[in-house]
Amino acid sequence: MSKSSEEEHPQKALGWAARDSSGTLSPFHFSRRENGDDDVTVKIFYCGVCHSDLHTVRNDWGFTRYPVVPGHEIVGVATKVGNNVTKFKASDRVGVGVMVGSCKTCECCQQDLENYCPRVIFTYNSHNPDGTINYGGYSDMIVVDQRYVVRFPDNLPMDAGAPLLCAGITVYSPMKYYGMTDAGKHLGVAGLGGLGHVAVKIAKAFGLKVTVISSSPSKESEAINRLGADSFLVSSDPSKMKSAIGTMDYIIDTVSAVHPLLPLLTLLKVNGKLVTVGLPNKSLELPIFPLVLGRKLIGGSDAGGMKETQEMLDFCAKHNISADIELIRMDNINTAMERLAKSDVRYRFVIDVANSLSQ
Amino acid sequence: MTRLPEEEHPNKAFGWAARDTSGVLSPFKFSRRATGEKDVAFKVLYSGICHSDLHMVKNEWGSSVYPLVPGHEIVGEVTAVGSKVQKFKVGDRVGVGCMVGSCQSCDSCTNKLENYCPKMILTYGAKYYDGTITYGGYSNNMVADEHFIVRIPDNLPLDAAAPLLCAGITVYSPLRYYGLDKPDLHVGVVGLGGLGHVAVKFAKAMGAKVTVISTSPNKKKEALEKLGADSFLVSRDQEQLQAAIGTLDGIIDTVSAQHPLLPLIGLLKTHGKLVLVGAPEKPLELPAFPLLQGRKIVGGSMIGGMKETQEMMDFAAKHSVKPDVEVIPMDYVNTAMERLLKADVKYRFVIDIGNTLKAA
Repeated sequence: MSKSSEEEHPQKALGWAARDSSGTLSPFHFSRRENGDDDVTVKIFYCGVCHSDLHTVRNDWGFTRYPVVPGHEIVGVATKVGNNVTKFKASDRVGVGVMVGSCKTCECCQQDLENYCPRVIFTYNSHNPDGTINYGGYSDMIVVDQRYVVRFPDNLPMDAGAPLLCAGITVYSPMKYYGMTDAGKHLGVAGLGGLGHVAVKIAKAFGLKVTVISSSPSKESEAINRLGADSFLVSSDPSKMKSAIGTMDYIIDTVSAVHPLLPLLTLLKVNGKLVTVGLPNKSLELPIFPLVLGRKLIGGSDAGGMKETQEMLDFCAKHNISADIELIRMDNINTAMERLAKSDVRYRFVIDVANSLSQ
Repeated sequence: MTRLPEEEHPNKAFGWAARDTSGVLSPFKFSRRATGEKDVAFKVLYSGICHSDLHMVKNEWGSSVYPLVPGHEIVGEVTAVGSKVQKFKVGDRVGVGCMVGSCQSCDSCTNKLENYCPKMILTYGAKYYDGTITYGGYSNNMVADEHFIVRIPDNLPLDAAAPLLCAGITVYSPLRYYGLDKPDLHVGVVGLGGLGHVAVKFAKAMGAKVTVISTSPNKKKEALEKLGADSFLVSRDQEQLQAAIGTLDGIIDTVSAQHPLLPLIGLLKTHGKLVLVGAPEKPLELPAFPLLQGRKIVGGSMIGGMKETQEMMDFAAKHSVKPDVEVIPMDYVNTAMERLLKADVKYRFVIDIGNTLKAA
């Protein structure tokens, strides 16, 4: 007979979990493994609310195992480190992102691309090597192999920096991989949510010209005046879209709903690259003529490796980049999820775990 | 009043043209411009039949202007050069591919990618600078600006060289651009026709291991024994597809009919690239998860620039990459078009213009 989630492991833990596809979260007692030789135990201070958390609690992608404790934008303080741990010591500010394990031996792992390892273990809703399900950051503590822990820079605020652990690396990684970092080039950012707004900030730090492409005209003022975008394109305005044809070197598409790709492809110059980082639950329609006639490409990207995640955090610290957040109490999470479903947040909810997750 | 094609220009020419959307070709008298100071004029000896010719004679893309003289895989011998021509002389073996003009000042042209110039002029069916319509290679002579002329190396037979001018560059360019030209990569080629068979040869010459992906099991023997492919995958066979999951660094997809991308994306390794050089008319379904989880790419490519076309030709000569052709007389062209429609050719028809195109 399998053990209950409270008894599986030796260390007691408290979090909030969804029990079914309604996605409603509520308090959940469970347990974490003992801190091993390679492990870091983290007391969680803040956890960002990623749209993936919403997809997962509602089983949008069809592979959720309930009860599920989401959360993969975790910032806190190390309380214990194992005997083999050299990079961290107790009281260090640390972060944990979207993964907590990988095979460590395949080509991807050897190239510091653990996120593409075929045996990657995601921070929540994934199986641990011992067969148990793992639980994410909407909880008071987590135990993670040091390889999947990052040092959280001193000059970054822990709350506003939490979303960098997923949103940040998810846009930073493709900017590097697809060569979108040449100052002066023109980047379009489609979708102005958690990912999109961080993409604007990081792109400006690379010296790019940035145009936000959005279906919401109401976001224009903020995009330009607060986030620093150079221009704003309302995707539902045909004449504005027409005048922007063939003007962008690259586009990062952060939109997670199903949406047409043709308008975005026409915005690209010859040799332009459309990188999609959103995960709609249905296929998109890809028109081929624009790809062939303009040697354009569409590529995917999925978070980033651990080395790159640290590099991204250090880059953000250097350029004072953090997310624009709305700090919430743990017990407001369900309201936050409903608002997130309506894109009603500027631009990331972050749970004040340490101050509001009570025993 | 517009002039007759025969009277538009000073130099007489004859060829075969399609007159309407039936696509049936017949003898046609027309004329070519005087050889300008930067022009190269040549006697056409061979012209390859590209599937684009078939699309165009039937106006399937809606852009055809009749009468239409197709042909953009044109080879022959230089008969005259303009006073400012530096690179060619009378007697040289030369060719012309898909374009005869471009703006020479935009970013694409400056980067030697004339094929992506918004003002690029196609070899046939397009409006030239003087307002007249261009006529292609199913004709006895040709004239083009030196910039768009390619030298055919001596050790390449002219009939086999002709298809390189479109099919060749169309697959060579993306093999280079998408980095699929390194030794020991595993490259897939979808579709074994004019483009596909040349892709196999180029990829092998670049040191790749090549898998042909096709719906026709009966092409397997030739693919392996004649073309040199390392393996053959029947795309409708689920078991074969399963066994090949995650094995390819890249795929050159030459199929222009509607077909599913998901199985092809599944064949790619992490960081793999699927490159389409055929253009299906309607959009294809793109599943996001496989693309993201493997950081894979789907990209397009269209012919290549002039510098690259010459480079491709020289590479083909050096590595003996020779298309497999069926040489036909001019008056067989309508039958050839019908056979092409049924993919009944191994693997490119080439019209023996020099010996069989008679004055009308």
